[in-house]
Amino acid sequence: MNKILAIAGVVIKELYRRKDFYVLFVLTALITLLLGSVNFFHDDRIARYLKEICLLLIWISALVIAITTTARQIPAERENRTIFPLLAKPVTRAQVITGKFLGCWLAVAVALAVFYLFFGVISGSREHAWPVLKYFQALWLQWTMLAVVIALVLFGSVIFTSPAENVTICFFAVLGILLLGGHLNTVALGQKEPARTMLYTLYFLIPHLEWFDVRDIIIYDWPRIPWLDCLLATLYAAVYVVVFLFAAWLVFRRKVLAT
Amino acid sequence: MSSILRTEDLRVEYRSRDLKQTVNLALKGLNLNVSAGEVFGFLGPNGAGKTTTMNVLLGYVKPTEGTAHLFDVDVREPIARQRIGYLPELTYYYKFLTVEELLRFYASLFEIPKLEAESRIDRLLKLVELEHARRQPIRTYSKGMQQRAGLAQALINNPDLLLLDEPTSGLDPLGRMKVREIIRRLKEEGKTVFFSSHELGEVETICDRVAILHQGELKVEGRVDDLMARYHCNLEQVFLKVVEYQPQP
Ligand SMILES: Nc1ncnc2c1ncn2[C@@H]1O[C@H](COP(=O)(O)OP(=O)(O)O)[C@@H](O)[C@H]1O
Ligand SMILES: [Mg+2]
Repeated sequence: MNKILAIAGVVIKELYRRKDFYVLFVLTALITLLLGSVNFFHDDRIARYLKEICLLLIWISALVIAITTTARQIPAERENRTIFPLLAKPVTRAQVITGKFLGCWLAVAVALAVFYLFFGVISGSREHAWPVLKYFQALWLQWTMLAVVIALVLFGSVIFTSPAENVTICFFAVLGILLLGGHLNTVALGQKEPARTMLYTLYFLIPHLEWFDVRDIIIYDWPRIPWLDCLLATLYAAVYVVVFLFAAWLVFRRKVLAT
Repeated sequence: MSSILRTEDLRVEYRSRDLKQTVNLALKGLNLNVSAGEVFGFLGPNGAGKTTTMNVLLGYVKPTEGTAHLFDVDVREPIARQRIGYLPELTYYYKFLTVEELLRFYASLFEIPKLEAESRIDRLLKLVELEHARRQPIRTYSKGMQQRAGLAQALINNPDLLLLDEPTSGLDPLGRMKVREIIRRLKEEGKTVFFSSHELGEVETICDRVAILHQGELKVEGRVDDLMARYHCNLEQVFLKVVEYQPQP
């Protein structure tokens, strides 16, 4: 475990020493701040609309950060040849994969925490309401969803040779699931065989990332989600994380890494 | 004497990625045996298979046939690498870390206790003369400094066996001298050193035993003085004979 944490630590160190990470961060913070400062509208609908935009921004930024940083990890180790001294130490390739996963996931947690803090403070100061637990639920579910995304991208990074290819494919796969994943079964109903069975199978195989999107409870001030549902969603995500990481390990384990 | 490094009928084929799947035979049944306390020179012209052998010993490449052991542990087990230090032929380290962070990171992979790690880092940075730059990111280092950082990381676990892949190639005379000095010192401490090289002069002065590899096959193996006596010439001429070098008329 210490070895995995050490590898994760290097991932995080690299991130906070890179400039481009901050660019996105500052940008989102700025936009959130700008939107928050638009105080002229005392219209409920507009306030809700602004919240929606802020949360959408948070979702997109977090996805971009998660996918781009994860996709880079293993290809960069190979390209810069840092993988060789690393694997010359008594670490297994499984530990490398797990460490990379953990590093990226924790880094994203920091980003999310900052985003939600911004959002919470701004909307709280306008509405004088502090639904902290609701924010926590939204943050937690988004974070578990990102765990699945990160594991998927890590798997992609040991399959595809170019990180750009991996980023593009994963980004569209995740967007596709978020936008269409929930409707796949209804679409399937209107299809003929064999398309119907295929769509149904797909519906049951894909990780339903859209279930983790609970922005509406904040935007429309809906009641909190039952904690049991949160727990089940977390377990559901954990299964996919394990599957993707295991698949990544299976491929990475056999990789010939000639110096 | 116990065997520290052993390969048995090691055979490595590289398969090309394209459709033709052409096979490149890099090692053809290599048998090596290095005992404790030896400085072993692993010689051969470019492309002989020296780096490939290192790659197998470190688990980067799986042998097509045969086995390799370090400290009687199969190289496929990560624990085989607990007591070795490895200096790659050319490598870049995490450029965003400072050398002390780099060494701390590697120390944690060996599970060296914190205090012990700190005192080793101090000692190693003194040894490779990087104390003045210990808080600078590796990005700012010159090539020679990066090499020295590499040497320090190879020694962080106080290894009993060192695998050095052409440690002096690309260094200036002073750098070479330093590396040779360090190898000699390690030998005095009873460490085993396995290093590849084609610098025959230096091999002659510091090695107990050498093996000459050519096109993936072991051609000659033995003590340096025995070989010179057997062939009635110096190591360089032995080497040239083995690789069947024909002087141009
Ligand atoms: N990754 C690789 N893919 C295909 N062939 C390789 C690879 N690495 C080395 N080889 C081939 O294996 C042989 C041995 O190479 P190498 O072990 O690097 O030699 P040396 O280190 O002694 O110069 C050479 O013919 C080389 O072309
Ligand atoms: Mg080589």
